[in-house]
Amino acid sequence: MSLRITRRALIGAAATTISAAALAACSKPGSTSTPGSADGATLTIYNAQHETLAQEWMDGFTKATGIKVTHRQGDDTEMANQLVAEGANSPADVFLTENSPAMTLVENAGLLAATSEEIRGQVPSQYRPSTNAWTGIAARSTVFVYNTDKLKQADLPASLMDLAKPEWKGRWAASPSGADFQAIITAILQLKGEDETLSWLKAMKQNSTAIKGNSAVMKAVNAGEFEGGVIYHYYYFGDQAKGGQNSAKVGMHYFGHQDPGAFVSISGGGVLKSSKNQEAAQKFLAYVTGKDGQAVLRDGTSFEYPVASKVAANEKLKPLSELDAPTIDPATLNSPKVVELMQEAGLL
Amino acid sequence: MDHQPVTIAAAVLVVALCLVPLGFVVAATVDAGPALVRRLVWRPRIGELLVNTLSLMVVVVPATVLIGVGAALLVERTGVPGWLSAAFVAPLAVPAFVMSYAWATVWPSIAGLAGASLIATLSYFPFVYLPVLATLRRLDPSLEESGRALGLTPSGVLRRVVLPQLRLPVLGGALLVALHLLAEYGAFAFVRYDTFTTAIYDQFRSTFAAPAASMLAGVLVLLCLLVLGGESAVRGRQRHARIGSGVARRQRRIVLGWWALPVTIAVAALLIAALGVPVWSLGHWLSVGVALDPAIVSALGSTLGLALVGALATCLAAGPIAWLSVRRPARWSRALEGLAFVCSSLPGIVVGLAFVTVAIRWVQPLYQTAALLIAAYVVLFLPRAVASLRAGMAQVPVGLGEAARSLGQGPVRSLVRVSIPLLAPAFGAAASMAFLGIAGELTATLLLSPTGTSTLATRFWSLSSELDYPASAPYALLLIALSVPMTIILFRQTGGDRP
Repeated sequence: MSLRITRRALIGAAATTISAAALAACSKPGSTSTPGSADGATLTIYNAQHETLAQEWMDGFTKATGIKVTHRQGDDTEMANQLVAEGANSPADVFLTENSPAMTLVENAGLLAATSEEIRGQVPSQYRPSTNAWTGIAARSTVFVYNTDKLKQADLPASLMDLAKPEWKGRWAASPSGADFQAIITAILQLKGEDETLSWLKAMKQNSTAIKGNSAVMKAVNAGEFEGGVIYHYYYFGDQAKGGQNSAKVGMHYFGHQDPGAFVSISGGGVLKSSKNQEAAQKFLAYVTGKDGQAVLRDGTSFEYPVASKVAANEKLKPLSELDAPTIDPATLNSPKVVELMQEAGLL
Repeated sequence: MDHQPVTIAAAVLVVALCLVPLGFVVAATVDAGPALVRRLVWRPRIGELLVNTLSLMVVVVPATVLIGVGAALLVERTGVPGWLSAAFVAPLAVPAFVMSYAWATVWPSIAGLAGASLIATLSYFPFVYLPVLATLRRLDPSLEESGRALGLTPSGVLRRVVLPQLRLPVLGGALLVALHLLAEYGAFAFVRYDTFTTAIYDQFRSTFAAPAASMLAGVLVLLCLLVLGGESAVRGRQRHARIGSGVARRQRRIVLGWWALPVTIAVAALLIAALGVPVWSLGHWLSVGVALDPAIVSALGSTLGLALVGALATCLAAGPIAWLSVRRPARWSRALEGLAFVCSSLPGIVVGLAFVTVAIRWVQPLYQTAALLIAAYVVLFLPRAVASLRAGMAQVPVGLGEAARSLGQGPVRSLVRVSIPLLAPAFGAAASMAFLGIAGELTATLLLSPTGTSTLATRFWSLSSELDYPASAPYALLLIALSVPMTIILFRQTGGDRP
């Protein structure tokens, strides 16, 4: 008899634990949102920006407005294609990217709502598309990082295009599977055309080593595995701020001269047309492009460039105005074509 | 039996769920059309991935067989200390992607085929060691004694009597290693070695669930089917049966003699590489002392929650299939079980990709829900649960249930009072296997987890790929802690803990 009670108690306890766990697993923020009402609603952000940076924005926004935010983490073109696949049924309210090609992809599918007057007032016109379907939220510069023991300044490549030359075989690395590098290729495509881009990519396949992640590229360069690598500027400053373990022997080479390698990529933010929280979503982007949101870029650990509300960049960075970047309308950057060309070159 | 149609229907439903990934790959290929398939599949990159994936198998499978069989013979047939038998299983508690992280700590430039082979060999040799050890323990010494009596030297006995009897466990272990090599993502991405699985994830990160990813998945599925078919062809129909059970007496021990020194060195090197490096690396990063990532508590919570619900669902799904295979052994029920097994052997990345696509197109309400992720876990971990449950059911005499019925108990009461209590241990083992598998799952979880949910594995992955090694360490520790019980269960199941 006592045995049976014990067994029953056990089953009961197990059932309770399981249902509690089921509740914990299923009742995530976001599923409790009440569409339409500003208070009590939870904003869903599809975030392809660095998670730590986005988290600072989300925490700051919730603190300022009381509106709760949840996010889904992914990569630029992954999430852009995901939004296109989801179409009008997308659970997302806001989309944040590291680079603008992904934003353009979603815009071209007709899924973005126009940004509010407040946002346009905060962001200078060179940092947002003429369509105003989305807005710039931050910027980053392409850079050639090199190992200072292995490469002298005099031997640095003058142009990004030089890395396709045979003398660079086996000497450099990049992260072609990442959205950052693919954005740099969209700039080459825009500036040099399809044929030259494809032959550059094919030469890159021969000359370079593919590494997953830009931090890993810099780490390998620092360790002397490669003489150089093509990444964005802020990886260096982020690592320096943490003690420089992966960047002590890394030098920074900005191509300048409006070279494709001087490409400055604009990170974008947009509100989905299908969002049932339009007002809160616009408010979120207004916060990100506002003084407080941009100050996160200046004072935080992201080391990306602010682009709005007249907030200055972190003083450790080379000023945006001195980078001599090529002039490119972000709306023309074509990422699906780049993915296709990279597949053809065997990089993807 | 009146409940048989229900059971059959349930089993068919479960198998249908398992068929989703395979169906997805076929449908995606048809959908893409021959021109696009040719553009995406018939290109040098695929050849490169094939060479990479196959070279990994050519290096790692023999290496794990050599180490696994060697370790088992050493433990079982020589006078080495008893704790070694457990030490050789212990690497199973270190998930392969944590092994990579640990090695990248002590050897920062680890990369390529050499790096990938090292990590995979260290992580997977217990898959061969365990079944071989279990078989060695069950062998009847009289066969070997006959061999010796007939004039065979000790090495002749090993070669002509012992090793042939190890064919099945070696093949089973090698199959498991090969399937893991095809499915593993994190460990190889870490040492920048591209296989089909890492390439599929790269495509996914660029194009989401587009044809480019599904075509690669199609090739990967073909490879899996080839491996499964190859194993069953090599296994053949040869049996090592004998009449009478024999007696598993203690075997005659081999005295190592002057071999003791090289063997000791080899064992020490293996254990340092497979256990010492992870322990040292984790200790190093934990002692660096960083602020604990606040997300760790919620990651642990969702990992436990998902694993618990997933384990329960997997066992429920496994029940009907195991029951049919034990109580209604027929060609069709074996086919049903085989089908579920084959489909469940597909890599997590394929299952994830299939479920994302199916949900977004046809079952929108399930998209990005925990329920969908749980369904994927069921598909992935079904074989382990079926195997455990089947073993348990086979030991419950049919007569007991019938006796309960003849004593006036209804079908439900006889189930509750007789069958369920008798099956409880098997159910527990099945659930634990599924639970622990789910707790460390990475690729399907990356693709399918609900918005705002991260697990220990996905959070570890995101931190370590940003090279934040110190912050990753507590996650690695928890992942190992969660894998320890499974390792112990596996060790016990093979009788490894008995002297």
